[in-house]
Amino acid sequence: MTTLAVARAVLRGAFGANRGRTLVATLSIALGVALGYAIGTVNRAAIAEFTQGVATLSGAADLVVRGPADGFDEGVFVRIARMPAIAAASPIVEVDARLPSHDDTLQILGVDAFRAASVTPSLVGRGATALDLLRGDRAFLSPAALASLGRAVGDTLDVQAGTGLATFVIAGTLDAPAGRRVGVVDIAAAQERFGRLGRVSRIDVRLTPGADAETVRASIATLLPAGVVVARPDETAAMASRMTRAYRVNLDVLALVALFTGSLLVFSTQALAVVRRRAQFALLRTLGLTRRQLIALLLAEGAALGVAGATLGIAAGHVLASLVLRVFGADLGAGYFRGEAPALAFSPTSAALFATLGVLAAIAGAWLPALEAARASPAAAIKAGDDESAFRGMASSRPGIACLVAALAIVALPPVGGLPVFGYGAIASMLVGTLLLMPRLARALLVRMPRPRRPGVALALDSLRAAPGQATVSLAAIVAAVALAVSMAIMVASFRDSLAAWLDRMLPADVYLRAGGASSSGWLDPDERRAIASLPGVRQAEFMRVLRITVRDDEPGVALLARDLDRANAADRIALIGDPVSVAAGQPPAAWVSEAYADRFRASPGATILLPIGGRPIAFTVAGLWRDYARQTGAVIIARDAYVRLTGDDRVNDAALWLAPGASADAVRAAVDARFGKDRLTFATPGEIRAVSLAVFDRTFAVTYALEAVAIAIGLVGLSASFGALALARRREFGVLRHLGMTRRQIGAMLAAEGAMVSSVGLVVGLVLGGAISLVLVHVVNRQSFRWSMDLHVPWAQLAAFSLALLALATLTALASARRATAGDTVAAVREDW
Amino acid sequence: MIRLAGLSRTFPGPPPRPLFAGLDLHVAHGEFVAILGESGSGKSTLLNLIAGLDVPDAGSVVVDGVALSALDDDGRTRFRRERVGFVFQAFHVLPYLTVAQNVALPLALNGVSNAEGDPRVAALLDAVGLGDRAANRPRELSGGELQRVAIARALVHAPAVVLADEPTGNLDPRTAASIVALLRDTVKRHEATVVLVTHSRAAAAVADRVLELRADGLVPAPPA
Repeated sequence: MTTLAVARAVLRGAFGANRGRTLVATLSIALGVALGYAIGTVNRAAIAEFTQGVATLSGAADLVVRGPADGFDEGVFVRIARMPAIAAASPIVEVDARLPSHDDTLQILGVDAFRAASVTPSLVGRGATALDLLRGDRAFLSPAALASLGRAVGDTLDVQAGTGLATFVIAGTLDAPAGRRVGVVDIAAAQERFGRLGRVSRIDVRLTPGADAETVRASIATLLPAGVVVARPDETAAMASRMTRAYRVNLDVLALVALFTGSLLVFSTQALAVVRRRAQFALLRTLGLTRRQLIALLLAEGAALGVAGATLGIAAGHVLASLVLRVFGADLGAGYFRGEAPALAFSPTSAALFATLGVLAAIAGAWLPALEAARASPAAAIKAGDDESAFRGMASSRPGIACLVAALAIVALPPVGGLPVFGYGAIASMLVGTLLLMPRLARALLVRMPRPRRPGVALALDSLRAAPGQATVSLAAIVAAVALAVSMAIMVASFRDSLAAWLDRMLPADVYLRAGGASSSGWLDPDERRAIASLPGVRQAEFMRVLRITVRDDEPGVALLARDLDRANAADRIALIGDPVSVAAGQPPAAWVSEAYADRFRASPGATILLPIGGRPIAFTVAGLWRDYARQTGAVIIARDAYVRLTGDDRVNDAALWLAPGASADAVRAAVDARFGKDRLTFATPGEIRAVSLAVFDRTFAVTYALEAVAIAIGLVGLSASFGALALARRREFGVLRHLGMTRRQIGAMLAAEGAMVSSVGLVVGLVLGGAISLVLVHVVNRQSFRWSMDLHVPWAQLAAFSLALLALATLTALASARRATAGDTVAAVREDW
Repeated sequence: MIRLAGLSRTFPGPPPRPLFAGLDLHVAHGEFVAILGESGSGKSTLLNLIAGLDVPDAGSVVVDGVALSALDDDGRTRFRRERVGFVFQAFHVLPYLTVAQNVALPLALNGVSNAEGDPRVAALLDAVGLGDRAANRPRELSGGELQRVAIARALVHAPAVVLADEPTGNLDPRTAASIVALLRDTVKRHEATVVLVTHSRAAAAVADRVLELRADGLVPAPPA
């Protein structure tokens, strides 16, 4: 018999004898691989679609000049077009058109068809007659836009313009990317109908052959007003990718966590299987198998699990990705890629990457048990009956303490490339450190448990106290799953609680009206503003202009919120963090910046910042920091009267209304509808906004909850499989106890008690570890990933219910394992070799 | 003390294999009976029937005045807990308990308090020569010492009957001789009735009476 044949026989024996645990370990690896592959595939599909969209819509443009959401002076276009190195320039007006009776918007681009033809031909519509391209009442829609709106060529398209309607006839289609929802109209019509006269949003530029793009870019930059930037088209896509990176990385980390849990289950499976086969391995070693061969054999076992899990995982991942795209969308419900409908493609690179990770995770799980098996002295190990000695190698507390110290040392380090690398590292160190300390922690907790009076239960405690190694090995996966579930629960509760408190503070009025967002086609002009303020039942009205401005060329834009507010009492309206700073006379006017803005641009209270407003850099004094959960890239609040003075733009997007005593919101809603037409303005009470916001929040975290539930389920199944294996291995012990007078029920109770005690240990450690990890999630990972701060809120009732449910499930699991193990003739087991 | 009448047991197949039929046995109070037999002759099954771990196909088992056929599984378990002690070939002491805890196990199962039980455990450990090993774990003991622990455990709750299944099977001849001698001395001191099944004629030699189990029943064993 060759060594290979021996290996095959050992592997067959191992998998055959541990079918349940082998299956659980394989499935857990499959799950980790599936999640990683699915999340990666969905993200890549979204980014690829977005990049392709940018590329197609930029056409042959070498450079793109882009300004704030409300556009910039079209005179800039004239100056650029005249530059000698410019072969062609195409001005574009971009509008997010509100659609009556639709929740979402349609991006409408106003283009000069003749200029667009030589720079961005995909923006030139294809219709029955070329003349339609010049007609102000004609629109061309991408196939995706036609499909989503349920329209066809020849139909009409109504979009909101201010508080009125602009009607276009759909004259043809566009060669836009398959999933992109976009429409094109004549630029003059767009300027006129959407209140952008004399303004453009972007200019696509094609250079003359041989012109150096960087030189021309620098020349163009000198012509641009503040807040208008020039960039290569690929930089736009890269910026979008960067904006969503933190979110994507967080999801990737969740997938890796699933893989880590899988690795722990492989560890449990292999550790227990190795212990069970100590005598067999000792025999093989005695017969001439080298340590190295034994390690290779056991790592091959782990790798076999990994290969099976990875194969299954990639197939499941592909199915999962298509389901996720269909149910949650390309951003898993987070709202980054609205308007994109990406197609799913199999990625061999990604599949290979995650399959390799799956196999490596399984090998890593098999590593320690393999080393232990190889280290064991064959002479000692061949004498069965002292399995616990296999776990003595895990008794040293130094590696565990070292991991915890390392976690403390790195947790407060700043982010790397906008990612909380050290935060994640600290969490991983805390997890690994705690798991390494588990035997000691378990012993410490078990020693402190009072000795029960009932002999069966006392025996259970004696058994665990004397041999905590095997039990804690089975607990590794459940401790990790509990810790992560608890930490996520605390983080999500903290986030939700803080969001609810923030909403309460940000929504002091009785009623809110919205005509449209930053680049929307909806707005209110001064007459309409005055009409709203004087509606019957309205006691007070405050208005806000919302814009998107570019503070730095290489950074995504930030929101500028020009609000009616009393400077002296700004804290009443803004969710300020810390005390406001008073702005002295002679200082630049006040601006209140969000945490994200402060982090990105290092703006602290009292500092002077420059904001591009009306094409000029305007100085403001940072009068305070505020918490903003609505805009991840940052926001700045300034007084609206200052904004109007600087720009002459007296239009607004939003209104906050305080009702007169006795007035009802419904009456005001009816008055608004009567004045502006039904559904022209979005009308909401704070309660409605709060409910919708929290529903969106819950939907966003639905994926997280699902992953948590899966992790817990896997942990429990793993625990059950381990209990089952341990119980089966103790059949002779149960046989002896039956001889000595224990009933089956007493043995069942003993095992249930063991299950409850072991699970309590896992639960206590998991809860404490989860609490510690939640601090890192709340104060480091979220802060550094999304720049959101939040107040810690521990959902005690939820955690208590979770703990009781888990304890009950684990106890039932142990009881079921005991039933299986004590079924049949345990008495006969006494006669088997001990 | 032990009365078996018309006892039959067939080992369920396939094919079914009759072990014995119409077997009778009477063991008096305090008597030490050894039963010899070939492998597969049904010696251990006979012990299981006496202990209430198995039920006969026909016949009756009365131990210490209790007819086991009248008891359900829980009843037989309680009977065993209170009135039977076991010594096994492979010792079967629990590896996670100390020597003293192993010996005290039947007391704990019978609800005897530590205050009452500890002196009995100590006395029995002294009696089997392990008074100084009470706190040791089983892995620290030799085979002979482990069997002494098993003997102490079998007697600690003062059972009426001790059943010993090949107690010297895992021991060298010298240790085996000392163990059976110890078993005999100890059970005699505790006035327990003993049924010992074994292959070993040397082990059986210490018994008051030696029987042989054959297909046609129990017969006095011929002298060695």
